Amino acid sequence: MSSTLKRQPPAVTFLVVSILAIWMLLAAFPFLWTLWGSFKVEGDFFSKADWANALRGTLTQAETGGRITGDGYYGAWVQEEFWRAAWNSIIVCFFVVTISLTLGTLGGYALARSTYRYAFWFLLAALIFRAMPPITLVSGYLPVFFQWNLWGHTATTIIVLVAINQPFTLWMLHSFFKNIPAELDESAMVDGCTRFQAFRNVIIPVMWPGVITTGLFSFLLAYNDFAVTTMLLSKENQTMIPKVASFLGTTQTKGNVMFAVSSVVSVTAPLFLMIMFFQRQIVGGLTAGAVKG
Amino acid sequence: MFLKKVALTSAMSIIAGAAFAECEIPGNVSIVGNEFPAIHTVAEGAAACTGGEVKANLTADHQKINLAGMQGNPAEYSSAIIANSSIVALMNEDVIRPLDDLVAEYGQDIPKNQLITIDGNIMAVAFMANAQTLAYRKDVLEEIGVGVPTTYEEVLEAAEMIREADISEYPVGGAYAAGWNLAEEFVNMYLGHGGEFYVPGTAEASINNEQGVAALNMMKALTEYMNPDFLTHDSNATSAEMEAGNVMLMNMWGSRMGVLMDDEGAEEQVYTNITVAGPLTVGGGSTPASTLWWDGWTVAKNISDEDAAATFLALKHGTSPAILNDETMSQAVWMIEGYTPAPVNDGVFAAIAAGTQSYPMLPYQGLLHTALGDNLSDFLLGKESAEQALADTEAAYTAAATEKGFLQ
Amino acid sequence: MKHRSFFWFVLPSAIAMMLFIFFPIISVIIQSFHVEHEQVIRAVETCDLFGCKESTTIDQEATAELRAERPLGQFAGLKTYLDRNHIAATEVAETWNGTNSWRDFGAQMLNLPFYKAMGFTLTYTFVVTPLVIILGFIIAVAVNSATKALRGPLIFFSLLPMMITPLVGALILFWMVDARGIIGTLLQQLAGDPDLSVKASTPLMWIMLMVYGVWHSAPFAFIVYYAGLQTVSQDTLEAARVDGANRWLQIRHVIIPHLLPLTTFIALMQLMDNFRVFEPIVSFAANAHATSLSWAIFNDLGGETRQLSSAAATSVLTIIGVAILLSPVLVRTWRDFDRK
Repeated sequence: MSSTLKRQPPAVTFLVVSILAIWMLLAAFPFLWTLWGSFKVEGDFFSKADWANALRGTLTQAETGGRITGDGYYGAWVQEEFWRAAWNSIIVCFFVVTISLTLGTLGGYALARSTYRYAFWFLLAALIFRAMPPITLVSGYLPVFFQWNLWGHTATTIIVLVAINQPFTLWMLHSFFKNIPAELDESAMVDGCTRFQAFRNVIIPVMWPGVITTGLFSFLLAYNDFAVTTMLLSKENQTMIPKVASFLGTTQTKGNVMFAVSSVVSVTAPLFLMIMFFQRQIVGGLTAGAVKG
Repeated sequence: MFLKKVALTSAMSIIAGAAFAECEIPGNVSIVGNEFPAIHTVAEGAAACTGGEVKANLTADHQKINLAGMQGNPAEYSSAIIANSSIVALMNEDVIRPLDDLVAEYGQDIPKNQLITIDGNIMAVAFMANAQTLAYRKDVLEEIGVGVPTTYEEVLEAAEMIREADISEYPVGGAYAAGWNLAEEFVNMYLGHGGEFYVPGTAEASINNEQGVAALNMMKALTEYMNPDFLTHDSNATSAEMEAGNVMLMNMWGSRMGVLMDDEGAEEQVYTNITVAGPLTVGGGSTPASTLWWDGWTVAKNISDEDAAATFLALKHGTSPAILNDETMSQAVWMIEGYTPAPVNDGVFAAIAAGTQSYPMLPYQGLLHTALGDNLSDFLLGKESAEQALADTEAAYTAAATEKGFLQ
Repeated sequence: MKHRSFFWFVLPSAIAMMLFIFFPIISVIIQSFHVEHEQVIRAVETCDLFGCKESTTIDQEATAELRAERPLGQFAGLKTYLDRNHIAATEVAETWNGTNSWRDFGAQMLNLPFYKAMGFTLTYTFVVTPLVIILGFIIAVAVNSATKALRGPLIFFSLLPMMITPLVGALILFWMVDARGIIGTLLQQLAGDPDLSVKASTPLMWIMLMVYGVWHSAPFAFIVYYAGLQTVSQDTLEAARVDGANRWLQIRHVIIPHLLPLTTFIALMQLMDNFRVFEPIVSFAANAHATSLSWAIFNDLGGETRQLSSAAATSVLTIIGVAILLSPVLVRTWRDFDRK
């Protein structure tokens, strides 16, 4: 589409560039500001006296002797051992994405191929299930999990996240599969494949783009979840977001807000690499799927 | 700065290891509690015991999981570390055991005043105290030539003088964030006016009265001197205002004073002049407009007697004089023998000496606290009258208390 | 597809949703019809660090048997739904009879927690959802006309608002919009009012929450639309150009119809998520100015004494609300499905 740019009249180009510039400013500025501020002390970055202190680093200079400091990073990663939480997050995200996609592709495929009305009612039920606020669900799990000794384990949290995530995953994958022509698997079945063999040998090879897009959303959900992980994980299995929350302090005690800021900034870098790596698939994925909804 | 702290911590754990070695327990221990340094110290002290496993889950969300975690049989947690406001949630559901037998067998040496008794049964052992008292800027009060305020009326006068002298536009601070913090400030102010929360002997709220209106009006008067964003300011934000040199007088938790007075987060002019005073009175009353708080530990009901004994011994050890050293001494106002208070703790001791009431330990107080937090902001925003706000609170409380079976 | 193979394909998903969503919903519904047994309260003496005083406690023995027999509590029917903290049937009727003008009636209704929450929730939902869709679409079109090399970074930065955890993202924005923060100061200069503070005024707080909502959700609409744009048939566009359609007409007659099915999907998800708005209210400490149903649930469960039945009733009301809100979209989807 790069050719379109050349054909555009200057006014349109100007409009596009200014829209992009404004949006980039809005989307990225808070993050860039945070990136810069994570090298300051709390008194500067969260200054109640003058916001420009975050630029000048007045207190940073007084407290650490330099205009920038890595104390937040050192504190989070070394002193508070944030890497443990990061490692737990990697485990949780990996399994949530894998299991969600496995269940979701099977279910989504069947829902896309079935012409009976119950398929629609199934989708509808899934949508209504999604309306349930997660905190009510979690408070309902607690007594049962404690009673059956399921509480605190990573596996429990992974399954809960997968389940909560299923309605969204099913809806999204269902629309992907609808765009893969049914003749494809039907002809395989005429050739003597079972339904599952057709799914495995014919559908799986062409569905990767759609799966990766859905996987991205599953990943973000598992990665950013607070409501479930904070209530269901024991201390040693804690993931990143509850750990970040524990840096923020409570009514009667002061927290280490800069630890929270620097840990959040530092885990954005892998996300950048991930987006760069997958961006072609993300786009390709939705291309194949969501178009006809 | 914190490199020094890290060094201290590791040095501490070596010493601690040596000091804690004599504790022997007959079972397993699992502790749930809030997350702050003093409770970490207690849990580490308990973990030094040998003979059984000692686990701790310390998190800011402890109140959301401790009840469910103690209701199972056997309970996931053999002990919850709680405060006087949160023990009632555990007592209401009958998940903690009376400690009389354990105290008789293993705890004769625990000072009597640390034992929390309800209806003659020992239900918890307290180990630290907290209270909200005045923090002020010494240099500013000297500049305007007034003494340290002891009443809220004097705070208002001093605030007016500070504003007129053009030192600060919003010289008063307070954790007035809508919700728990705001309700806590009302509880303080209402008790300072001599109010009673309930019709005696019942669970029926009665706050829509003269004292209630007077308390709200005093709060409103104070907010005139507060930053206009006061309804979003929790204790974090209020402390930050003081460290930034905007707030000159504020009511703040004793546990927060150490951070205000250290050399981090503020200019030298500010942190060297922040001083702690006792709690304030209001409306000519003699009871301070503040509440006393304690943190203590409990033992779960649904666990074996061995684990209960182990929990008792481990936590007794975790709150014994053995945990006190240079590093832990400043973490809290310890109610433990051998503790030597620092100047930052003056406020809490002044509050105890002044006869401040402790936060009401009633089965339904939590419901009233929630209702207050939700309904008072409309008055402070000027949307409705004090009477209306108090009536709304009572109505919201009544609906909640009916659902919980306290009212019919 | 045969019933049998459908069953096996859907089974794993269905089991997960049954166990972790369907059963909890059933238990929440049952819970919402019950309240606790009458508590027997006894006056006792309580001693703590600071002395002894009269207080009360629950007589556990008095209700132990009753509790063991019926652990759910006493059946209350719709009582919890109709009490003042929810639908407030009695209070609404009284207000209706006691007020003379609509204005008065409205003001008194907004003093009731449920209607106060609904007031904000519905405003938020109907302002944020269309804005997210429009903004997402504009950004998608703009990014799509950029050169290929730029698109990767553009996508990454566009996704940032969605990726940074609201826990910290909102905290930082909260300080930025403070009267002395960088955005707050800018707003004061733009408005020419040195006392302007977003956090002190209810209307500005509402606007800020909605701006945050749009900012946070626009990337979702953007990425879905952007992908959809990749499949716009170049032939159709070319044909339109030959017919003399300018850019605007191409967008209007080719691109927008093409993206319509996607809009349904985005609208469905956004309506639901916005109706359950919760995180920004907590992160911006905005509960003095704005509340929502999800916030009410959080408040019920987060207090020192947890109100399970109240939270359960509000959750059921949320589900009903979502169902009503989505019904127009769902009816449409049903017609499409039935037609096949």
